[in-house]
Amino acid sequence: MKPRPYMNPYLAGFFLGLVLLATIYVTGRGLGASGAIKDVVASVVKGTASDHYENAKFYREYSENDSRSPLISWLVFEVMGMFVGAFLSGILANRMTLRLEKGPGVSNKLRIVSAIAGGMLFGFGSQLGRGCTSGAALSGMAVMSLGGIITMFSIFGSAYAIAYFVRKLWIK
Amino acid sequence: MGPLVPEIFSGEFNLVIAFLVGIGFGFILEQAGFSSTRKLVGLFYGYDFTVLKVFFTAGIVAMIGVLILDHFRLLDLGLIYVNPTFLWSAILGGCIMGAGFIIGGFCPGTSFCAAAIGKIDAMVFILGSLLGIFIFTEVYPVLENIYLMENWGPVRIDQFLGLTPELYAFFLVFVAVGAFVMVTFIENRVNKRKTNLSRPVVLKYSFLAAIPFVIIALLATTPSRWEYILAKIREAREQQKCVIKEIAGDKLAYELQHNYFKINLIDVRAPEEYNQYHLPLAVNVPVDSMLNRGWDEFFTQEYKINIFYADEDTTAKKACLLANFLGKSENYVLKESTDQFRKMFFNPDQPPPAASKEIMDIYYFRIQAAEDLLNLEKALMKFSQPVKREIRKIKGGCS
Repeated sequence: MKPRPYMNPYLAGFFLGLVLLATIYVTGRGLGASGAIKDVVASVVKGTASDHYENAKFYREYSENDSRSPLISWLVFEVMGMFVGAFLSGILANRMTLRLEKGPGVSNKLRIVSAIAGGMLFGFGSQLGRGCTSGAALSGMAVMSLGGIITMFSIFGSAYAIAYFVRKLWIK
Repeated sequence: MGPLVPEIFSGEFNLVIAFLVGIGFGFILEQAGFSSTRKLVGLFYGYDFTVLKVFFTAGIVAMIGVLILDHFRLLDLGLIYVNPTFLWSAILGGCIMGAGFIIGGFCPGTSFCAAAIGKIDAMVFILGSLLGIFIFTEVYPVLENIYLMENWGPVRIDQFLGLTPELYAFFLVFVAVGAFVMVTFIENRVNKRKTNLSRPVVLKYSFLAAIPFVIIALLATTPSRWEYILAKIREAREQQKCVIKEIAGDKLAYELQHNYFKINLIDVRAPEEYNQYHLPLAVNVPVDSMLNRGWDEFFTQEYKINIFYADEDTTAKKACLLANFLGKSENYVLKESTDQFRKMFFNPDQPPPAASKEIMDIYYFRIQAAEDLLNLEKALMKFSQPVKREIRKIKGGCS
């Protein structure tokens, strides 16, 4: 069966905006994503090197606030929901496939290396910038946060600036 | 009044909400095509601007929604999480993320969606971001300075630019609509498609684009709920229609002596003044903060009467009128000011020896009442501290 077409982008944006608004109304906070990865990292470090966990400065906010696992967090639950939601959407739209998506003429090896490198940069940057495209840029835009909007412009600005140099990854 | 967490929904239930919200978030991102890395990076090469369209539309819908909720006082903007601004880390972090975006082809949220439908590159990206965050936490001590530099706090951009929120929103929607039109032309040119400029299509999109402008214009030109309440009060005052019930100091003291549990004695002065001196058993609700939902329990209940006092009559009356608008509880103003009450009860003039019995009775009553009130306050302190309510600010963000 052929995959169904994607939703009209403005309609999707409208619905996404409503989800974000409902989240702000109910919980007083926006959406997020990278924070959940940080919670996973924190819990792995806590499990494998608890001495280090106690000492490392960046983890201190966890150990001070809470004795529970870093995984019991709002963002981790939200991200689990994201997996379920995207999975449902994928099934409904016939888009479930186990495959590696890449630009034309890019080898599998290069794609894997660039995905890891990109992930590392994004993960690193999300901690420095206090949030990623979801938590800082999108949610920041909704509550008119100056910092969130600066982060948003920095993300897209730098991606545009670098795009030309890595064009071989994506276009012919 | 929102936000509903933590006052209405508990912390544990909040996690259930998070899961449900996530389902909606993930579903929509996937439906929009954010699970495809080539679609995501399309905007940087001009062949697919889906990201920009979805992202901007979502941001604007949510932003206007927040403005609407605020307008009708359904959401307390003072409580929601506004990402703080740390100038250098925001710029530097954003630039590193941008590089990660164009090299890796995802951002964290979209990589989850893509991984959920089986994209191997997305799973690898997630692995990479785990490593990246681990590295950051390891080198954090070196970066701490940059991380904390130029801390401007939770500034909003409209405040920063010196605009009203509505004006900023108007401006942003204008930019967004302009961008939508422009990228549609670029997209079609890059893909060698013809732009559909047929009348119905243009009309449809113009109509849709006009909606946010109309909403923002209405928000800017109609009084908000708060302004409405204040205007009502001013009007009532000008027409001398205010029905303010007053209670005399002696009556208050008597009631407190015998029925303290039926009374909220509310000091509406600033916290500093309250801390310096306040009447026994009084709680502090500064008049400027009366709309904070933390105080709702005083103004919407029907079991206790509220008695307001301040240093001068107008402040107490304003508070009382506000309270009348906020809820159904019974509200009174203390006739005496703080100092008058204090003098009457805690520092009374000894009546002349030839005073009538009536005056002597009042004198002794006041001395007795003063003692009783202080004792009551001491006794109640042990049970339940006259509540100084902490309104918890919500923590959020993604870092």
